[in-house]
Amino acid sequence: MPLVKTGAPAADLFVAVADGEPLPDGPVIVSAARLLADGPAVIARNGEIGVAWPNDKDVAELQPFLSRLSLISLAFPKFRDGRAYSQARLLRERYGYKGELRAVGNVLRDQVLMMVRAGFDAFALEKAADVEAFGKAVATYSVFYQPTGDQRPTVRDARTASAATGG
Amino acid sequence: MTSPLQRKLKIHGPTVVTANRLADGVSVWLTAAGGWSETIAEAAVGTTSDEVLRLLDIAHADENTAVGAYSASATLAADGTPQPANLRERIRVSGPTISLPGAA
Amino acid sequence: MYVYDEFDRTFLEERVAEFRDQVARRLSGELNEEEFKPLRLMNGVYLQLHAYMLRVCIPYGTLSSQQLRALGAVARKYDRGYGHFTTRQNIQFNWIKLNELPDAMADLAKVGIHGLQTSGNCIRNTTTDPWAGAAADEVEDPRLYAEVIRQWSTLHPEFTYLPRKFKIAITAARHDRAAIRVHDIGLRLHKRDGETGFEVMVGGGLGRSPFIGKTIKDFLPKEHLLSYLEAVLRTYNLGGRRDNIYKARIKIQVHEMGAEAFAQKVEAEWAEIRDGALKLDEAALDAIRDRFQIPDLETLDDQPAELARALATDAAFARWHANSVAPHKTKGHAIVTLSLKPVGAPPGDATADQMDAIADLADRYAYGEIRVAHEQNLTFPYVRQKDLPALWAKLKEIGVATPNVGLITDIISCPGLDYCALANTRSIPIAQKLTERFADEARIADIGRLHVNISGCINACGHHHVGHIGILGVEKKDEEFFQITLGGKGNSKARIGELIGPAVAESEIVDVVESLVDTYLNLRTSPAETFVAAVERLGIEPFKERAYAPR
Repeated sequence: MPLVKTGAPAADLFVAVADGEPLPDGPVIVSAARLLADGPAVIARNGEIGVAWPNDKDVAELQPFLSRLSLISLAFPKFRDGRAYSQARLLRERYGYKGELRAVGNVLRDQVLMMVRAGFDAFALEKAADVEAFGKAVATYSVFYQPTGDQRPTVRDARTASAATGG
Repeated sequence: MTSPLQRKLKIHGPTVVTANRLADGVSVWLTAAGGWSETIAEAAVGTTSDEVLRLLDIAHADENTAVGAYSASATLAADGTPQPANLRERIRVSGPTISLPGAA
Repeated sequence: MYVYDEFDRTFLEERVAEFRDQVARRLSGELNEEEFKPLRLMNGVYLQLHAYMLRVCIPYGTLSSQQLRALGAVARKYDRGYGHFTTRQNIQFNWIKLNELPDAMADLAKVGIHGLQTSGNCIRNTTTDPWAGAAADEVEDPRLYAEVIRQWSTLHPEFTYLPRKFKIAITAARHDRAAIRVHDIGLRLHKRDGETGFEVMVGGGLGRSPFIGKTIKDFLPKEHLLSYLEAVLRTYNLGGRRDNIYKARIKIQVHEMGAEAFAQKVEAEWAEIRDGALKLDEAALDAIRDRFQIPDLETLDDQPAELARALATDAAFARWHANSVAPHKTKGHAIVTLSLKPVGAPPGDATADQMDAIADLADRYAYGEIRVAHEQNLTFPYVRQKDLPALWAKLKEIGVATPNVGLITDIISCPGLDYCALANTRSIPIAQKLTERFADEARIADIGRLHVNISGCINACGHHHVGHIGILGVEKKDEEFFQITLGGKGNSKARIGELIGPAVAESEIVDVVESLVDTYLNLRTSPAETFVAAVERLGIEPFKERAYAPR
C-alpha cells in the first residue's frame, strides 16, 4: 500500500505489531485495545508510537495519550464509511493532536481532498496509480464553503476580503 | 462474500442474463457469443444453475461494457426465442407502458 | 432569488471538471462500477430501467426564467424533450447517456445549476415553502437560511459519506408547505422576543419505517443554525447505524436512542462548537442576503377592475382563480400555481416546449421567477392581480391551468415501474386513470381538498404515508396490487396514514378510491368538512366497509 505523506510519496517507517507480540525497537503501531489496556507500558518505551484506531470507538479515549503519539491511523473499511472524517476533525480541532494522521483502508483519490480538509496528512492509498494522481486530486477545488481545521480560507473569508478591497 | 461459483442459484425455467450498457444505460442481454444485444430474442438462455452462473460470470467480467448484470426468468416462444417473463422485464424490453410527454 | 458570485461559479466549474474526469475514468475502465456509482450518485446520476437518469438540483425550488429555459434545452438536446419535477423541488431527466452527461452538466453550470447532492449519502437539496418571500402568512423569508444551509452543506468534507441520505426542510409560514415533519431535520422559523430562531425537529421520514420528526429544540437562535446542524450531523455520522441500509437513516438512530437522549448528545457536541467559526453574525448573513435579487414589486391595489370584470363574467376563469391563486403579502399581487396534473398525463411532467413557454410567461407576468412545489407543481410567486386574466389564458393554452390544485387529481406520484429500477409496480398509470375518472371540474371542486399520493414501492418517493389517501404498490406473483392508507397528513399536524386492509388488484383500485370518496360525500357533516377531517372524526371503519363491499 503506497504511502503519501504531506503530499509526497514516503516510506512507511512504522511496523504494525500484533497484540501480545513484544514491541521491537523503532516506530511501531499498536492496536487501540493494547494502548488502552497497556498504556503505561506502551508509552514508557523509547521510540515512536502509533495506534490503529477503529472507526466505531470514541476518539476522546485517546486524549491521555495524544502528546505521546506520533501516528494515529483511522480506518476506512469502505470509502463509503465516513466515520473517520468526524474522528479526524475531532482529533485535530478539538483535542489538538499534531502528529501524523493517516487514512488507511479503502483510500482512493476521489476522497483524498475531503480527507485533507478533515485533517489527514498521510494516506495509505489502495492503488499505485493514485499516488501519481494525488497532487491533482487535492487541487480539484479552489473554493471551499466550510471552515475546518485545515485553515483553508472559505468562501465567506474570500467574500469579506474581496469586499474590503472593493473587489 | 461468497463467490458466484460457490453460490447456488435458484433457476425457474429458462433464464437470460441482462444488464444496462455502461455508455448510455440501454437495456442489453448477454448473447451466446459472450457479447451484448439490445434484443432479448438474441439472448443466451440457461436452464440450469450452472449454466446461468457461467453466463453471469461472463457478464460480470465485462462490467466495463454493461453494468449491474442479473439473471431474469424468460419464457420461450414457439421458435425457442426468449421473451420477458414478468412485468418489469417486459417494460425493460418494450419501454414505459405510458405514452411519453410530447409524443402525442 | 440568490445570484451566484464568482466563488459559487468557480466552484461549479470545478465540479463539472471533476465529474468529466470521473466519467472518463469510468469509461476507460480505470474506475470500476462499485467505485464510480457513489461518485455519479453524488452528481445526481442514477441508472434506471432504460437509461441513466439525471436529477438536477433546484435549490429550495427557486428558478429564474433563464434557468428554466436551460432545463428545457437540456431536455431537448440530451433527453427526449421533457422532464419530471419531483417532490423534493428538483427535476429529473429520464433518458440521459453517461457519455453526454458531462456536457449536459456544463450547459447547466452556465446558468448556475447542477446535479450536486441530489443523490448519495450526503446532505441533499434543502427544500422550503414554494411561496417563500410571497406568502401572506410568512414570518420571514426562509430562503436566506436555505441558502446559508446550501453553502454550508455543499460538498461538506465531513458529511459526504454519511450512513444514509440526509434531507433538510425549512418553513417560515404558519401553514407548513414544505412537509418539514417528514424530513431528517425540519426547521420551523419563528420569533421569540423579537429574535429570529428555529424549532428543530429530527428523525422524521417516510420510506419503509415512517416517522414524524421529534422536536429536540424549541428555539435555536439564528446565529447558531450551522453549528447546531453540524452537531446533529456529527452525532449522526459517528453514531448512525451502518450495518443495515434499512436502519441507517437518522430516524432509526433517534428512535433507538430516544429523542431526549439524542437531544442531549447533540447539545453536548454543540456546546463544544457553538461559538466557533460557524457562528452566523449579521455580516455573514448580510453577505448572502445582499446576493438575493428581490423583485421590485409595483405599487398596486387589490382587486383591480380587470380582475373583477373577469371574475364576474368568466366562470371558467373564476373557478381557476378560486383554485389556483393564493393571497400575496404585497397588495395588488397574487401567487399563482401552475398545475402539472392535467387529466390523463403523468403527474409532474413538463415538456421542453412548456418549459420555454412558462419561462416566457414568467418574464412577462411574474418578474422572471418560478418555483417548484413539493406537490410537483410550479408556482409563479409574484404576479400582478391585473394580469391574472391574461396570464390564465396563456397558461390554459399550454395545458398548465387545470383548476385542480389541492384537489383529488392533484396527485403526487413517483415514476414507478415505468422508469424506476427499484419500483415494484407502476404508479403513473394509476394516477392517469384516477384523473380520468375524476375529470369533472365541478365534481372535484365539490369533493374539495384531498391529497392522493402514490408510491410504486416501499421507498415511498410518492409520499403515500402522508396522503389523505395513500396508495402503495406491491407485487404479488407478477401482478400489481395496491395497499390503501387513509388519514395521512404532511403538514404541521403530520400524521402517518392508516392501512385499511388487504391490497386491491390494479383493475379495482380506481373503483375503490371512488367508493372511498363517495363514502366521504355521504358522511360529511357539510362541504366544509374535508375528506381528511371526516376520516379523523369517523375513523377508517366506515370507509373500509365500503371499500371492500362487493361491487
